[in-house]
Amino acid sequence: MLFLTVLATGIALVPLASILVYVTIKGLPALNWEFFTQLPKAVGEPGGGLGNAILGTIILVLLAAGIALPFGILTGIYLAEFGKERLAFIVRFLCDVLTGVPSIIVGIVVYSTVVLTMKRFSALAGGIALAIIMLPLVARSTEEMLRLVPRSLREASLALGATQGRTIRSVVLRSALGGIVTGAMLATARVAGETAPLLFTALNSRYWPTGLDERIASLPVYIFTYSTTPYEDLHRLAWGAALVLVSMVLGTSIAARIAAKKVNGGK
Amino acid sequence: MAVKIKVENLNAWYGRNHVLKDINLEIEANKITAVIGPSGCGKSTFIRCLNRLHEVVPGARVRGHVWVDGQDLYAPGVDPTEVRHRIGMVFQKPNPFPTMSIFENVAVGVRIHGLKPETKLEDIVERSLRMAALWEEVSDRLYTSGASLSGGQQQRLCIARALAVEPEILLLDEPCASLDPISTLKIEDLLVELKENYTIVIVTHNMQQAARVSDYTAFLINGELVEYGPTPEIFTRPRDKRTEDYITGRFG
Repeated sequence: MLFLTVLATGIALVPLASILVYVTIKGLPALNWEFFTQLPKAVGEPGGGLGNAILGTIILVLLAAGIALPFGILTGIYLAEFGKERLAFIVRFLCDVLTGVPSIIVGIVVYSTVVLTMKRFSALAGGIALAIIMLPLVARSTEEMLRLVPRSLREASLALGATQGRTIRSVVLRSALGGIVTGAMLATARVAGETAPLLFTALNSRYWPTGLDERIASLPVYIFTYSTTPYEDLHRLAWGAALVLVSMVLGTSIAARIAAKKVNGGK
Repeated sequence: MAVKIKVENLNAWYGRNHVLKDINLEIEANKITAVIGPSGCGKSTFIRCLNRLHEVVPGARVRGHVWVDGQDLYAPGVDPTEVRHRIGMVFQKPNPFPTMSIFENVAVGVRIHGLKPETKLEDIVERSLRMAALWEEVSDRLYTSGASLSGGQQQRLCIARALAVEPEILLLDEPCASLDPISTLKIEDLLVELKENYTIVIVTHNMQQAARVSDYTAFLINGELVEYGPTPEIFTRPRDKRTEDYITGRFG
């Protein structure tokens, strides 16, 4: 039994390890100062970087988090603390459905609502698309974390004469903070690599971002675009972009774990 | 003899389960009243009805009256949070807030209700910890986590937390159930001291404890009040056969 489980675990880890190793080997040679600070050059010209795509991904992800976190966390609080009747059941069900919706469909929906209304591709539309993907993840992880807070702590607070709102703010949220932060960061890491919804919304750009109503470059879209060209130079940049993206996602995940440990350190 | 709490036709349910049936009794001020009975007899539910905490459980329901100083806690328009401010509670399992320091645990109730003018938070925390007989043990580490204390200390911290908001009544739901005998004795001594200033109702599983600390004892079976009277009478001359069987250990 032990042997079998260890074997399965080992096999499961092979793809993960090989992705990290392969991306590092292929991507590392592309990384230099220029890669992080320069704009892409025209095809055929040597050099250039993907500074705009790195910045663009950061902007898109912050935008998505800025929209999804407040709504997602408040939805999670509603589900865990107030939602006892039909509405909560429906909200929870919709969250689970939304989690399973392919991201490309989210992209099409945002395209047909936001992009067509604004009559332009924009960073804002990209951020909204990513936020829609994040929202159910954040709501459900927040709900789960709040449910882990023991009833005895809520009752201790209520027994002191605290209102339900005060109990949630001072006791429940404080106790669940580590888990909520972890869930939020993991959801952020999850959407950082989304490509499909951005193709319909933020599109791409060869320039530095200038405004949220402008199209914006991002790492995943550059990887997609460059890897489908026949040029060796661009393939090299795409691998570099892949390495940077993986590092960002990995870094966020590790930071989430550390944050959770820090906040829960007193326990 | 002043009546502090008057319970009238009190009924309580969990869903369809009728757990308290027509309880009527009067609790004296500045006395310790013990509530005893076999597991599942409704004694915890009973004291949770005295501070309107029963109703926070989904599906729980209460009917009847609990008069405290002539005011019905279940009258329409009574704010349950105000009730719980006046009536403190300590639970079976020590439940200090794990994210807060010892100081914060005691101060949190005062912060919720607002500090009265001319008082200092530090003084209230010290006085509450002294009343709970915990000050000597924690005064040099007030800002460490409450979770770092031993079980008995945590329970006294919970008592200090309840006392800090200056309730008139203190409810204790098997406060010593998870404590060792020495911690139990400390808490019992403490309760006897506290009854000078508070009306105390304690649920206990432990008959010796009821006999040691309480002035009055109520005996419940299956949600019904079987017998209620001065503790020495209940323990030496029970009127009901079931009470006698229970206190002599023949069932329960």
